[in-house]
Amino acid sequence: MIRFERVSKWLSGKFVLDNVDFEIRKGETFVIVGPSGVGKSVSLKHMVRLLTPDDGHVIVDGESISDASGDELARIRKRFGYLFQGGALLAWLSVAENVALPLREKTALTNDEILAKVHETLKLVGLENDGAKRPGEISGGMRKRAGLARAIITNPEIVLYDEPTSGLDPVTARTIDQLIESLRVKLGVTSVVVTHDLHSALTIGMRIAMLHGGHIVELCDPDKFVKSSRPEVRQFLEAQFITREGSWERNIT
Amino acid sequence: MITREPENFPPPVGMFGALGRSAVFGCRETGRAMMLFVEAVLNLRSVLTRRARREVINQMFVYGIKSLGVITVVAVFTGMILALQTGIELRKFNQEVNIGAAVMVSMLREMGPFMTGLILAACVGSAMAAQLGTMVVSEEIAALEIMSINPVRFLVMPRLAAMSIMTPLLSFYTCMMGVLGGGLVGMTQLGVSWEAYMRNATRFADMKDLYVGIFKAFLFGMIITTVSCHEGFATKEGAVGVGMATRRAVVASFLLILVVGYFITRMFYYS
Ligand SMILES: Nc1ncnc2c1ncn2[C@@H]1O[C@H](COP(=O)(O)OP(=O)(O)OP(=O)(O)O)[C@@H](O)[C@H]1O
Ligand SMILES: [Mg+2]
Repeated sequence: MIRFERVSKWLSGKFVLDNVDFEIRKGETFVIVGPSGVGKSVSLKHMVRLLTPDDGHVIVDGESISDASGDELARIRKRFGYLFQGGALLAWLSVAENVALPLREKTALTNDEILAKVHETLKLVGLENDGAKRPGEISGGMRKRAGLARAIITNPEIVLYDEPTSGLDPVTARTIDQLIESLRVKLGVTSVVVTHDLHSALTIGMRIAMLHGGHIVELCDPDKFVKSSRPEVRQFLEAQFITREGSWERNIT
Repeated sequence: MITREPENFPPPVGMFGALGRSAVFGCRETGRAMMLFVEAVLNLRSVLTRRARREVINQMFVYGIKSLGVITVVAVFTGMILALQTGIELRKFNQEVNIGAAVMVSMLREMGPFMTGLILAACVGSAMAAQLGTMVVSEEIAALEIMSINPVRFLVMPRLAAMSIMTPLLSFYTCMMGVLGGGLVGMTQLGVSWEAYMRNATRFADMKDLYVGIFKAFLFGMIITTVSCHEGFATKEGAVGVGMATRRAVVASFLLILVVGYFITRMFYYS
């Protein structure tokens, strides 16, 4: 579905991505983990051409988004939903209007249809009572969930999540995990999730990639990932008290 | 695309290298600002939709009506200063009554649009650049682009429409307030009656003065919007970047208002 072909990107004095090659399959939940500042957000931005590779290509469903021109780019982007790390809500609109924005601007739905859809989506992320508030009046975690609602309201085929559960309490974090999983099961959405939260990575991820020093140092399914012998992976796992011996259950409902 | 990718250039070599680079970048940014203006104008056709119209009216309120207070004060005092300065000189020839024409003509031709332009550049231009700059930094512009909502149509077009309506109106208002201020000084300081003042003011002022002033204000409104939106979009590097973008927007608007103002005057009054 999304393929990185020998992608390199030079940013602030180093190769953030250095000849990176991997493919995200249709309908899977692909998780990218890695320490802070390693280029996880940068990788996501390449998938929607907010950044263009210095070298190599990013291929979305057979088309190179890195070489796409205006109209083509808009058409490819239409297939994506993007949850930004900070939510990226428009400050002067209410939460509900922010979530409604893609429908209002890009579809011919009536006002009633839009309101119904917005209510339904806000409910999915647990914000049905906060629609009237401004982004400045809600917490960071709520902003993130509102951003999530905006990303999925157009029923995109591919959703990119930049740290969907960071800054959320564990209970809400698990509901978000379940939401991501249910989008995959019910609608066949392809998800790319960037996260620090190993719990969530191991639960929803069908494959996990670890980014380190501009390279993918590990790419495998969760079971193999926990048992990986790569020092970077071990360090990352042990920092969150996950050991090779301990069992890991996928506990999504 | 409005969102900009970070660029990597090797550091310039020596003083001439640095100068050359800033010249090239300056030209490039000027070109980009002009393209932004053209694109905003091309998008003006979508002002006909109800949502866009509401946004334009909202912007007119935010940027126009909310500047009324400071504009009133500046306008009245500009008129008062003009009346007092010319009055002091004219008194030597017992011609105080001519302050009417002096205030009216200079307000209509120059001071009205000029003062309005400067105030709007300071109040409105800075606010626009800061707002759009913050939106760049918090990835809101990027989010709009991913949703295929054109930031130029969504953000710049309503501002451009609102400012090209509001600036001429405010400029006319500034002129009127200036004339009022001049009249007050005439009555209280120079012993010119209100009737004599107004008769003198309306006798010497030309319709052309009004038109040219309004045209100037219209141009100033578009300059402020284009420059400020462009600087806002060009923001990089976080909160510091927003501050720098705001400063650049105000400075560039001021300079352009002065220079363009001179050339408009020259075009219409000197040939
Ligand atoms: N717009 C930019 N301009 C310059 N450098 C950038 C830019 N965006 C990212 N970088 C650089 O790329 C590197 C990776 O950034 P990125 O945002 O992808 O980190 P991350 O893995 O998402 O970290 P975090 O978990 O903290 O979000 C950083 O070292 C950063 O300095
Ligand atoms: Mg990040």
